[in-house]
Amino acid sequence: MKAKVAISKASEGASGMTGMWRIKRPVMDEGKCNKCLMCWLYCPEAAIVRGKDGRIWITYEYCKGCGICSEVCPTKVIKMVKEV
Amino acid sequence: MFVEIRLHGRGGQGIVTAAEMVIEAVTLQDYYGQSIPIFGAERRGAPVTSSARVSDRPIRRHSQIYNPDIVAIFDPLFVYRQEVMAGLKEGGSIIVNHKQRPDIQKFKLFVVDATRIAMENGLVVAGWAVVNTAMLGAISKILGIVSKESLEKVVRKRWGGDLGERNIRATLQAFEEVS
Amino acid sequence: MILTGNHAVSYGVKAARAEVVAAYPITPQTQIIEKLAELIAKGEMNARYIRVESEHSAMTACISAEACGARAFTATSSHGLAYMSEMVFWAGLGRFPVTMAVVTRTLAPPWSIWNEHTDILAQRDSGWIMMMCESAQEAYDTAIQAFRIAEDERVLQPVMYGLDSFSLSHTAENVDLLDQGVVDGYLPRLDPSKLPVYIDPDRPITFGNLLGPDRMMEFRHLIKEAFDRAERVIDEAAAEYSKIAGRPQTGLFENYRCSDAEVVAVATGASSGDVKDAVDGLRDKGVKAGMIRLKTIRPFPGEEIKEAIGGVKVVATIDRDYSFGFGGILGRELSAYLSGDVFRYIAGLGGRDLTIEDFEGIINGALQRAEEGKGDAEEVWWGLKEVE
Repeated sequence: MKAKVAISKASEGASGMTGMWRIKRPVMDEGKCNKCLMCWLYCPEAAIVRGKDGRIWITYEYCKGCGICSEVCPTKVIKMVKEV
Repeated sequence: MFVEIRLHGRGGQGIVTAAEMVIEAVTLQDYYGQSIPIFGAERRGAPVTSSARVSDRPIRRHSQIYNPDIVAIFDPLFVYRQEVMAGLKEGGSIIVNHKQRPDIQKFKLFVVDATRIAMENGLVVAGWAVVNTAMLGAISKILGIVSKESLEKVVRKRWGGDLGERNIRATLQAFEEVS
Repeated sequence: MILTGNHAVSYGVKAARAEVVAAYPITPQTQIIEKLAELIAKGEMNARYIRVESEHSAMTACISAEACGARAFTATSSHGLAYMSEMVFWAGLGRFPVTMAVVTRTLAPPWSIWNEHTDILAQRDSGWIMMMCESAQEAYDTAIQAFRIAEDERVLQPVMYGLDSFSLSHTAENVDLLDQGVVDGYLPRLDPSKLPVYIDPDRPITFGNLLGPDRMMEFRHLIKEAFDRAERVIDEAAAEYSKIAGRPQTGLFENYRCSDAEVVAVATGASSGDVKDAVDGLRDKGVKAGMIRLKTIRPFPGEEIKEAIGGVKVVATIDRDYSFGFGGILGRELSAYLSGDVFRYIAGLGGRDLTIEDFEGIINGALQRAEEGKGDAEEVWWGLKEVE
């Protein structure tokens, strides 16, 4: 059906490839992660994904590099690394 | 003379300021200028553009720029992105902030290591090299109508004291180094 | 000086020695009042900046300032103007010579910060003189002239002037500023005794009280007469200003290459320069094109435009606004004055950019429609796309 007014629907990447905004990237030492999910909860872009198998990973297409995950991580396993 | 310039950078890198300084400088050379900023919300870090017109006659139009004569790329990471070349006129010029000489064949390529120049002059804010004055120098050199004296005046008007002097050094260094 | 359209207004208001600035921030206008606040805080401008909690209060403060004999200015845009609307009518119908810059911006929904003239035109029956600026230079010049027109004893009505969002408000251009002494000679201090409403504690009055149906029409007619006289005052203000500034000024409208034109485009605001460039390009190709730029929208200079282009075969109006169920506002209004066909175009709504190619296309399109014998019944929405 054709739109009658402009509406938005929730969808992945609705704001574009916001990963381009980043000047520092969060890098997670997965082996040391205790899966507390603080980063997943705090990420303002929902760029941290919780897999069915319990794995946690970062989608760099959308991560803006704000560094909040690195700040809130209680085990300090997320480091902010400068992009090339 | 009628030249249209498009600047590519990140929100917060000072591309609007650079465009304004370019036209302030050409005005001192008795040319007319117009600086057209980002139309919309400014977002730190996001890829943004700004543009400018330079003419020997008063500029009446206010439309955006689609076919620039010169493209200036403030962030080395943007060099190979498609949108930076979009609409660039045949035989147009690309001025890029880069350590090396990127492989660009289709257009006239000018390279300046604006990041290094900014660092050398202590122009760093919150971990970012502030490259806008160095890029101002490079763009002005390629425009070919701006004198070093005008550049000094324009930069000194914005920043006083030591900061102003360091910005002037960065501007003139880039003016010399761009090639 | 290199100034954005917004800052050109700020410097114009400073040169006009406004004594009260009351405003509330809104994109894309905020730069105007930020600069004024800065100039006042630094002591470069002798005025009182009143911070208010809304545009409604901003206009109320301006009206009150004028009632105390102080020259008052505000600026707003889009939703701010809509929110202010009640007091816009109070200023117009109460004849308080406030001046206001309106950075024209699309009204939501959908949310937008980009350019459209519908916001300012929606205030067109409020008793305000209304103008549109073409360039940053004209924004500066108009900011000064607006006070002179508003405070003229033959007028005594408020003046609002529009600047296109971003393409004028945020674009920086060459602007020549006048010496303060020159502006002071052009715009003398406001004489409170001339004001229709002046609060003097020694001579108590009330204002805004109930007026019965037996008297209201007469007071409306006084405003109508003021608007009749305003046309002359606007032209005089422009002519006087052009003498002090040494630059030509436009009062009611600008006639650009219309004298021998076979097709004339009518437009307003910041795109007017693009239309002129299109006209020049078409003339180079042998098309006898011209342009009418509406500087003043209220009073609407319909008779004067009719006199200027009444004989032209093809007229194309370009509206960056829309009145649903009626059409492009300026095109429809002008049609009422012209006897021939007027080809009405709606273009650039919601901030869609308009280029020289667009204007060439519109002018050529109107010529072609005229050749095909198509009348003026149908308006064209320029560049309209399919909705998904």
